[in-house]
Amino acid sequence: MYVRHLQVVDFRSWEHADLSFDPGVSVFVGRNGQGKTNLVEAIGYVATLGSHRVATDAPLVRMGCARSVVRTAVVNAGRELLVELEITPGKANRARVNRGPVPRSRDVLGILRTVLFAPEDLALVRGDPGERRRFLDDLLVARAPRYAGVRSDYERVLRQRGALLKTAGSARRAGGSGDIRTLEVWDGHLAAHGAQLLAGRLDLVADLGPLVSAAYAGVAPESRPAEIRYRCSLGESLPEGYGVPGGPRADIASLEAALLTELARVRPQEIERGVSLVGPHRDDLELVLGAAPAKGYASHGESWSFALALRLGAYELLRDDGAEPVLVLDDVFAELDRRRRQQLAKVAAAAEQVLVTAAVAEDVPEELAGARYEVHEGEVNRVG
Amino acid sequence: MYEGPVQDLIDELGRLPGVGPKSAQRIAFHLLAAEPADISRLQEVLQKVKEGVVFCQVCGNVSEEQTCRICRDARRDPTVVCVVEEPKDVVAVEKTREFKGRYHVLGGALDPLSGIGPDQLRIRELLGRIGSDDIKEIILATDPNTEGEATATYLVRMLRDFPGLTVTRLASGLPMGGDLEFADELTLGRALSGRRTV
Repeated sequence: MYVRHLQVVDFRSWEHADLSFDPGVSVFVGRNGQGKTNLVEAIGYVATLGSHRVATDAPLVRMGCARSVVRTAVVNAGRELLVELEITPGKANRARVNRGPVPRSRDVLGILRTVLFAPEDLALVRGDPGERRRFLDDLLVARAPRYAGVRSDYERVLRQRGALLKTAGSARRAGGSGDIRTLEVWDGHLAAHGAQLLAGRLDLVADLGPLVSAAYAGVAPESRPAEIRYRCSLGESLPEGYGVPGGPRADIASLEAALLTELARVRPQEIERGVSLVGPHRDDLELVLGAAPAKGYASHGESWSFALALRLGAYELLRDDGAEPVLVLDDVFAELDRRRRQQLAKVAAAAEQVLVTAAVAEDVPEELAGARYEVHEGEVNRVG
Repeated sequence: MYEGPVQDLIDELGRLPGVGPKSAQRIAFHLLAAEPADISRLQEVLQKVKEGVVFCQVCGNVSEEQTCRICRDARRDPTVVCVVEEPKDVVAVEKTREFKGRYHVLGGALDPLSGIGPDQLRIRELLGRIGSDDIKEIILATDPNTEGEATATYLVRMLRDFPGLTVTRLASGLPMGGDLEFADELTLGRALSGRRTV
């Protein structure tokens, strides 16, 4: 698939921008702070309904404006779809597909699929588990948009259950009994939604694992072998082979049962601490290099290679599923050494569409010569 | 900012659900230009709604008397009770003209984030009704969202110990007049698992 057209209004630094693209490589060149990343961020937003740079929507709207609009025309297998999003911070976004409104903005998920590389990706290796869970969940939603609903239902139940545990916990510390009559009800819903999310993630890790290992070997052949493993809050109760390449597919019913058993076991601690201790929100994706965890043990270069391998693996996975995702390389070449640049360029040159941003044109490898856009003081012009 | 009473009125109107600052301003200036008779009529109904409206002692619906119109109506089937969250849900079910039983209004749904637990809902009253009246079926008609589903699950647990009582849940699935291809996966999935033999 490829993005044929992008229009933004009051998005980030852009009052207005209107761009047409061809399949193949498009490179945005301009000094820092001119708004190159903002353009590819808008494309990423249409694909994921989130930004790769900020957690909330407020910074996406131009200063002093109430809302921003992003319009894209996406061509997939010869068929063009027009996706429009109106982003209003603090309110539900509005979405239209082919000029017709859709009931919920998440109905546009799956129309455009992107894999985005950015300097922020280093946090996948060095950051908190939450970064890696988000990586998995975003990829899960890109593969099967149904998971956007599963994810938000799970988060809702988790917040309700957390509120219940918190009030019960503080009531008990104050000498009261703490009302936990409804806790079992929330346990049931947590386990039901949690099992679906968990099963999705486990199968995803099983599929993604070999692709990441192979991508890492390509990026850094002299380094130790890399591997990803899903670390689950169920611990020993997780059925054998789940999340392992070639293992059995995760069965939702047995995961739900395991979650319920585990919830019953940790209940006293949960009430004491006032937080939910079991479920996919406590899990992590372990990144292993040789025998050691990447976090804390990997060098700067190895960390970069691992982050790159995770994205490349995700790209391969989405491509295997069918529709080829749009590849977005945001300011990454300046961070990479020659070998990693070449490896990334090799993959990118074969992609249906690649959008690249760079401060100086010399950073972009020769393989990625294509359409060139100059971004300067709120204007973007095609120069070659 | 407007001066004195006008701004006060805009602020008060702006606190109503679904009324933003712009709408509040429009309503305020509409009221300012309205005939005095219209204003006093509005004043009167506002006063009445707070003083004259009580909640039905049986079902918890809004009512003019101690028991509401539906609970007083002898033609309604007392053996079937439809449990809903809010009085507006009663109106919604009534509009179908399909339901001939009675209602029980919970006054909300389980919502720990807002501090709503079983004691804040009219669950004890419901159990009391089942114990004393001749109720054979309870229809759980809470909203099909996270909080409504949790409330339904909780009620199922509370009600399963009553002998001879049937507990049912509203079906969830495809909207009438809709197209199968446009249904989202969750709705279609539920419709599939809740299918019936014809």
